[in-house]
Amino acid sequence: MTDRENREPEPRRSPLHEVHTSEGATFTDFAGWTMPLKYRSELAEHAAVRTAAGLFDLSHMGEIVVLGPEAGAALDAALLGELSAMEVGRAKYTLMLNAEGGVVDDLVVYRTGPDRYLVVANAANRETVAAELRSRALGFAAEVQDESDDIGLLALQGPLSLDVLSEVGGFSADQDERTEQRFVELLTGLKNYRFLAAWYRGHPVLVARTGYTGEIGYELFVAPALLPQLWRAIREAGAGSGVVPVGLAARDTLRLEAGMPLYGNELTAATRPQQAGLGRLVLADKAAAYVGREAVEGFDGSGERILVGLASEGRRAGRHGYPVRAGEEVVGEVTSGALSPTLGHPIAMAYVHPDAVARELAIDVRGTALPARVVPLPFYKRPDRKA
Amino acid sequence: MTGEQQLKYTAEHEWVDADGDTATVGITAYAAARLGDIVYVELPGVGDEVTAGSVVGELESTKSVGELYAPVTGVVTEVNEEVASSPEVVNSDPFGAGWLLRVRVTETPELLDHAAYQQLTGEA
Repeated sequence: MTDRENREPEPRRSPLHEVHTSEGATFTDFAGWTMPLKYRSELAEHAAVRTAAGLFDLSHMGEIVVLGPEAGAALDAALLGELSAMEVGRAKYTLMLNAEGGVVDDLVVYRTGPDRYLVVANAANRETVAAELRSRALGFAAEVQDESDDIGLLALQGPLSLDVLSEVGGFSADQDERTEQRFVELLTGLKNYRFLAAWYRGHPVLVARTGYTGEIGYELFVAPALLPQLWRAIREAGAGSGVVPVGLAARDTLRLEAGMPLYGNELTAATRPQQAGLGRLVLADKAAAYVGREAVEGFDGSGERILVGLASEGRRAGRHGYPVRAGEEVVGEVTSGALSPTLGHPIAMAYVHPDAVARELAIDVRGTALPARVVPLPFYKRPDRKA
Repeated sequence: MTGEQQLKYTAEHEWVDADGDTATVGITAYAAARLGDIVYVELPGVGDEVTAGSVVGELESTKSVGELYAPVTGVVTEVNEEVASSPEVVNSDPFGAGWLLRVRVTETPELLDHAAYQQLTGEA
């Protein structure tokens, strides 16, 4: 009997797969993709992003375009926040909720034109987000197109990322390739959560000051066919500055130190934004009705577990799924944890009962109690950022 | 150091270097690479009795936790203090400076030879 229908589909490969192989990558399967886990040492990659810069292939991420005269209104009805009020050239971190107020996905939305938005979704949620956006846009003069297969994504993150990106030849401010210097000026002036619609060797590129590492950094949206050329150009420009390619292992410890949630760990369909410390995204005075509004505005958080940061001594870390105890009583659960490469001690994010936050807590590390104290998130702030 | 070809192996990726009734134990390069950068090593104490096939320690990377199984039965005579303070040695030199413990052996189960271990890891 052949069971073709039951077989797991072959994981997809990035357009950069051969480049990664030549860079020495070890691969892992992630959300239906085979992506680099690390190249040589994940600790060295993590440190490079904190002290120089690191280059990431994010081909697995979903890119969904919403366009039309009512694209903004459709997104207002579909997501938290007022996307219709956002200026062109700006980006916003937001959430898609289900009717119960739980999180379907966390997203970054870029307004790329008066009638056009780019929604970046997690790889595992790409189809769900596209389908939900389509159904939530019904009745609006807006169209939803899943362009994930036609948009490639690289990230360059770290304190030297601006210097390195400025050195990469081939970028121009507009289609005229002589505007290379103008591009560098615009890039230098680009503020956090803003982006440029620019050109790379005659092809459109979107250069955004967004990221998932807690450092200054850029995300570059280009046609997938351009990825190998752009990757090599950034590697060459960064060779003298300590820029290295970075895999998913370091991406995870970087975002954990920066206190950024990971869908599937800190955010799930059962998590309400307020529990995750994202209550600021729920705008009480928002004009539009949106999916999940009643549930999330009526949410009574008393007695519901909340996301906290935990810090411990030593080198042994709590990990996803480990119980958090106050004495013998289980009062929470770790969602992400690791020995922080930058701080040198174990850190964890955990959902803990609000009444227990002030108590003496310990993570149950396979039967051993690891004392843990509640600390503010993020665990790590880049040195130039004011407290 | 005995060459990798002369060492014995377990299916759990430990290597054993037997010298008389003393066995030196570590984890293989294959296991170290699969774990990733090792940041924490927990070993048994000197004088502890260990039984072949039981868990006697742990190795952690930022991403995962690996268990260390005793490949032989006996008494721990020495542990490598260096790997406690510099766990990265297990990655950089798993068959040499990254050794983990020495055991005075009372009983050795059947172990894999180099060819059999390579077959197991698909590196033959």
